[in-house]
Amino acid sequence: MGEFKVHRVRFFDYMPSGIRALAFNRDIERIAVARMDGSVEVFHCSDRFFQEKIIPGREQCGIEGLSWVGERLFSAGLNGGITEYDLTNQKVKYTVDAYGGPIWTIAGNQQGTHLAVGCEDGTVKLFEVNEDKIQFERNLDRQKSRIISLSWHPSGSKIAAGMMDMIQIFNVETGHSVHRLLADRGVGTSRSKECVVWSVVYLSDGTIISGDSVGMVKLWDDQTGTLIKSHNVTKCDVLALSVSQNEDSLVAGTSEGTVVQFQFISMVLGKDDKEWVRTRTFKNHTHDIRAVAEITTAVVSGGMDAQLVVRPLLDKVEVRSAASALRKIHFPHRRLVSCARKSGLMLFQYPGHLELWRLGESEGKGMPGSSLFVKRNPEKLLHLKVKGEDHIRCSAVSPCGEWIVYSTASSLRLYRLHCDNNNVSITKISKLPMVLSSANQLCFSSDSSHLFSASTQSSVHLVSLSQSGCKFVGTLKPKSGERTIGFGVLHIIEDGKWLASANSDHEVHIYNLQTRKAHCTVPVYSSAVTAMGIHPTTNCLFMMYADQQMCEYSIEQKQYTDWSRMVQRKGLHRFWMERDTPCLNVMFNPQHPSHVILHDTYMLCIIDQSLPLPDDKTQFYNQLTLKSLPEEQRKSHSHAFKVCKTFKDILCVELMSDQSLVVVERPLEDVASQLPAPIKQKKFAT
Amino acid sequence: MVETSDIRVVRCGGSKVNLTPPIISSDSRFVLCTSGDLVKVYSTRTEEWLHSLQGHTNQVTGITLNPANHLQVYSCSVDGTVKLWDFIDGILIKTFVIGCPLFAIYVSEKHTGVLFLHVSMATDSKNECFQLVSVHLPKSAEQEVEAKEMSAVSSHISKNPSCTAFGRGGEYIAFARHLQLNVYFFRKQKTYSFSLKATDKKGAKNAFTCIACHPTDDCIATGHEDGKIRLWRNFIHKKEYTYSTQHWHHNAVNTLCFTPEGTHLLSGGIESVLVQWQYGADNRKEFLPRLGGSILHISASSDGQLFCTSHSDNKITVIESSFKVCGVIQGLVKGDAVLTDLMIDPRSKALVLNGKPGHLQFYSLLRDKHLYNLDIVQQEYIYEAGLDQFEVVKAAFDIKGSWLATVEERGKKSSDLEFFLKLWAFDERTQSFVLNTTITAAHTDRIISMCFSSSEETTMLVTAAEDSQFKAWCQGADADTQQDQNFWSCDFVGSYHKLNPTNCSFSADSSLLAVSFQEVITIWSPDTWEMLTTLCQPPGVIRDLCFGRLSCSKYLLGTTTKNLLCCWNLLTCELEWSTSVDVSKLQPDPFSENVAAFSYQSKHTDLFVFKPSEPRPLFTNKNVCSEKVHRAVFVPREEPLNSCDESTQWLNRSQLYFLTQNMDLLTFSTATEEDRMLSSSKQLVIDDSVAVTPFYLLLGKHRQQQQKLNTQSHPVSDKPQQTQGSVTIKELLHTPAHVLPAASVLCSMFVNSFLISNTGVQQDPLREEMDSEKEEEDSEEEMEACDSQQELRAQGSVDEVTPKLSKAQERELKRVRKTDFSWMAGLIDSKP
Repeated sequence: MGEFKVHRVRFFDYMPSGIRALAFNRDIERIAVARMDGSVEVFHCSDRFFQEKIIPGREQCGIEGLSWVGERLFSAGLNGGITEYDLTNQKVKYTVDAYGGPIWTIAGNQQGTHLAVGCEDGTVKLFEVNEDKIQFERNLDRQKSRIISLSWHPSGSKIAAGMMDMIQIFNVETGHSVHRLLADRGVGTSRSKECVVWSVVYLSDGTIISGDSVGMVKLWDDQTGTLIKSHNVTKCDVLALSVSQNEDSLVAGTSEGTVVQFQFISMVLGKDDKEWVRTRTFKNHTHDIRAVAEITTAVVSGGMDAQLVVRPLLDKVEVRSAASALRKIHFPHRRLVSCARKSGLMLFQYPGHLELWRLGESEGKGMPGSSLFVKRNPEKLLHLKVKGEDHIRCSAVSPCGEWIVYSTASSLRLYRLHCDNNNVSITKISKLPMVLSSANQLCFSSDSSHLFSASTQSSVHLVSLSQSGCKFVGTLKPKSGERTIGFGVLHIIEDGKWLASANSDHEVHIYNLQTRKAHCTVPVYSSAVTAMGIHPTTNCLFMMYADQQMCEYSIEQKQYTDWSRMVQRKGLHRFWMERDTPCLNVMFNPQHPSHVILHDTYMLCIIDQSLPLPDDKTQFYNQLTLKSLPEEQRKSHSHAFKVCKTFKDILCVELMSDQSLVVVERPLEDVASQLPAPIKQKKFAT
Repeated sequence: MVETSDIRVVRCGGSKVNLTPPIISSDSRFVLCTSGDLVKVYSTRTEEWLHSLQGHTNQVTGITLNPANHLQVYSCSVDGTVKLWDFIDGILIKTFVIGCPLFAIYVSEKHTGVLFLHVSMATDSKNECFQLVSVHLPKSAEQEVEAKEMSAVSSHISKNPSCTAFGRGGEYIAFARHLQLNVYFFRKQKTYSFSLKATDKKGAKNAFTCIACHPTDDCIATGHEDGKIRLWRNFIHKKEYTYSTQHWHHNAVNTLCFTPEGTHLLSGGIESVLVQWQYGADNRKEFLPRLGGSILHISASSDGQLFCTSHSDNKITVIESSFKVCGVIQGLVKGDAVLTDLMIDPRSKALVLNGKPGHLQFYSLLRDKHLYNLDIVQQEYIYEAGLDQFEVVKAAFDIKGSWLATVEERGKKSSDLEFFLKLWAFDERTQSFVLNTTITAAHTDRIISMCFSSSEETTMLVTAAEDSQFKAWCQGADADTQQDQNFWSCDFVGSYHKLNPTNCSFSADSSLLAVSFQEVITIWSPDTWEMLTTLCQPPGVIRDLCFGRLSCSKYLLGTTTKNLLCCWNLLTCELEWSTSVDVSKLQPDPFSENVAAFSYQSKHTDLFVFKPSEPRPLFTNKNVCSEKVHRAVFVPREEPLNSCDESTQWLNRSQLYFLTQNMDLLTFSTATEEDRMLSSSKQLVIDDSVAVTPFYLLLGKHRQQQQKLNTQSHPVSDKPQQTQGSVTIKELLHTPAHVLPAASVLCSMFVNSFLISNTGVQQDPLREEMDSEKEEEDSEEEMEACDSQQELRAQGSVDEVTPKLSKAQERELKRVRKTDFSWMAGLIDSKP
């Protein structure tokens, strides 16, 4: 397996931002997540919840609501604007001011023709969704208090609006209020507090379900405007509601961190008189749940504790598999750390700034598993704040450690780093070529002579770097089609001959850097590429997919390698397939050409391609067993996968040029300790 | 064995009333519960034991109301029969012989003529495997029918009967075992099963403990070992079934019960808190705490007005639907162990033993009723596992029942042993025992044995302890204390070669005291405190010691640990006879010469009854029970039997009760006794509009008489009727106060009975000279008449109750009044 000196880095204080809103699109099976910092992420539900797109946020941009209209995604926030996103280029398309003060909620109708927003000034504003923009149509009857929540009747003729102490039902045609449903305030001291209707759901049979700050889930009849039933779910607030598509299941998220499921069940089996019955309770969060979404096979919830929890509904799942397991997504599925492999520098990407650190040094050699004495502590060299309000989209440090580049939605900045002894200074490269206005993905060549930037214009730009400045060299474009490089995992091989790029349509293009032409395209696989690497000696492209499959593609022969075909034929071990986080990096060890180093959030793995593959009967985690065996028998028992679970909550693993590994960890306990205190709950026997 | 054919071991008196869920009759007037071999009927209002349904020959394991007739009840028993009773009259209607031990019974309205029974699968006794079978009851007019038409429903049955329940209208039956819930639909003949994981991540224990089905909805409530309650719905789908979870109990849920309307779910567990969950709004719940022992069963009456909970301390609590306890039926409290001997209180003839922690309980075996608890320790008992608390370990009564000595002890290891010897005097005024003396350091080590002298004149207590001493205690011997207070103090300290005493016993006339020191028995004279002799029969430490009674009082019996039963003749101081038998308990009968010996051999206990004078047993009963017997007592009978059979003669004057290690109180019953009880129970034929209280019996009898009176035109002339008045008063006064109606009702009736009626001829002044005897008779007959009127009024009768006299009769009466009766004076005077 090999031994490495490991830099265990725990000083990257990355804090994931709390989740504010969720929107599920059934047609394309994507779920959009809005976070507190204004960023919007898109997860692919049927591809193991892989994070396909990240649209970074801005300062002072609190998103309150998300809504899909067809395949278009809209958000509205407290800054009073409605924003549409360009999902292919992962950026904001435009923002329209609603002129109603802060917007608390946004809802699109099922027909996809209109958007309704609820504003602070008490108006519900209807916007018509046009081909390329949205157009204000009219206001519904103005109310006295702010509109907190909205829900369209599936026919699109009525809207239920949750407000302070009441729910209004509007007729969309006339714009007038049809019914006013009064929500009760709490008892005792909370009687003086207003009851906030945090969430409403309008069902097709005319039932309105509301969740409020008293902790009740109430069912109303819209014909008579009467309360049918109320369930006391919690002592605190019910913040979010979501109903399944066939309206037989409803989930409610509370500020206690529980998700309560209600089901529409016939009380007498085989008869049709159904009732909403409270059934299961899921507790996977420690803090307020701000958003829930009932997708067909699972309940997705997110809240202040910044994790996205996918709780499968086993009664809806056809086949139990790793894809239908409980899933908690803590960290983004892309790298926030880049390493200068040759100079021992690390660049940490925060939403609003960058930090450059120099790794520490240690003394001597120790036993495997022992920790070495640190001779020189790691040192923070640089704290680089972003100019402007936009958050950083991507960043990179060159392998030699001389160049730093980052990009926001609006600008790209390139810096040159001067390091003499303890004085660190940077100079901004001022005259950048026009093509480098913004980038989706940035990468330096291994000799630090070139910068590659995946642009919004469906291409990879090639810029040469020199002492004097930078010069645009050319653009690499795929052979056919106008496809943009969406989510680009961009990788350059060692001798600078090949470049591979993957886009959001799961296509992987390989370019010849010498001819600057497209070389070939890897056959498209159904799952997204999460990491890839080009082997320095064999020139094989090694790809990891979101469904935990792996492929090796020979660039020169333009076909899958024999090893890859063997993997496909024999299949991977059950334990490997059951992992729930994607592989985030593929590395090669120059000393052992047959080794491939992989990592995900929970483990580090070395695949030895010279050893046989394990089948389902062999022991997968066999390091301890091997250790106990005598030397001769080890050979027969070992298999290709060597898994190291020493490290947890890994954000990044990188192999430095001096054969040491850098492991950047972010323990979840540290994240939890920085969260605000949750609602205090009495626990039995405490 | 021919001998034992008419003597059986029965569970009769002091049995568990909490074995199965009690049932409330449909009119909420009676509570029925199993109690040993009987089914007992109690009144819900007065908590009185009314009568019992007797006929089973082994433990009754289940009762249920007949769905076709709410006045009938089915009971099943380990003896393999199901019996159908009219529980109001206590009449056995039918017996169905099933032929294998039955452990639970279920019925459903939908399945008429079908019983569902738990039977033990006869594979092997080690693997307890139970089967649910349905039995079609044959339609036959015979009293005893053999039911052979059996079909198995399922074999995945838990041995806990509360893990099986019928669903809505008998459409399906739900049963659970370990971690699996099964629902069997009768129409589709299909079983759906759902399993839970043994433990989840939080270490919850998910095994099922009980089941209840909603009466109108398709909802199954299950209780679990970790205290969770799950409500299952949609269980006709293999995958789309769903359940909601509620958690309040911190330990296993013992029982669940839906109210008949299905609006509430009741649950109970070890917390002894009855929890009422509102169905549909699950986190709204009500509590009824501090019910005593942990709740084992809950049942609800069919109108939902009454609930019954049975508790682990052998108690049934009757609770109104407004969550108010309205009655407690207390059985014999059996803790984990009985540390004191079984004793008989000489005054009340009640059985005395450990009851609630720190208490002695007084239990009347004749009436099968808990009388009262006597707080001995007089300290707060803290319910916490592993806490070392004071417990009554020894108790003894003197022969008249005016003194009670108790020893309470704390500290299992002798290093921190703490104990008190307390003496209690019977207070005639309060009719209970009052603490007289507390002796804190009676001995320096644990008290082993304690007995009162049996003489009538002087009471003396002897205690023997592990500090190799025995002490005699007398009342008021201490001169220092004030004279008018009779405290107890030490009179004599005796020891023998520094050996630890093991037992002490007084002879029947208290002239001798025997104290055994390990292998040696010393005989002392209590008057002079001089050691008379020593008896020694090695080898083996003396385990039990007792003197013979009556004609055999010259004999001393002893058992040793080396399995010897020895009998010494005290006149010759020689060993009369000895035999090799492992006696675990030697119990003399205080009313006869007989001595009962329980011997434990090869996993079962045998009983020998013998007279000390001859080494031949009067009676032998092999295999009395499978456990060891350490406690036994002879209980005097109220009226002696007059059996002449030699084998049953020893039971004539007293009844032998014994306690097994499983805390079952067993006794022996003879065939004649059973016949007598059966015949007496058949006499009760009662109008079902009135609760069967003793008062009813009293009134009911008179109503019949009164009806008779009404039919007679001249009741006055009926001689035998005249004595009835005094009988009425007598019965009235002898009826327990708590079953009588309000005093206001009785008062007028009682006073009326003494008034002289104005309808008669007694107003004549000459009447005063009448014979006093005659007058008494007359007044009695008047009382009878008034009585009947009063009763009519009490019944709310609309009839006019003024004397029903026709005009002609009235005229006749006036004429009679005017007549001169002076001639009568002479007549009376002439009488001798």
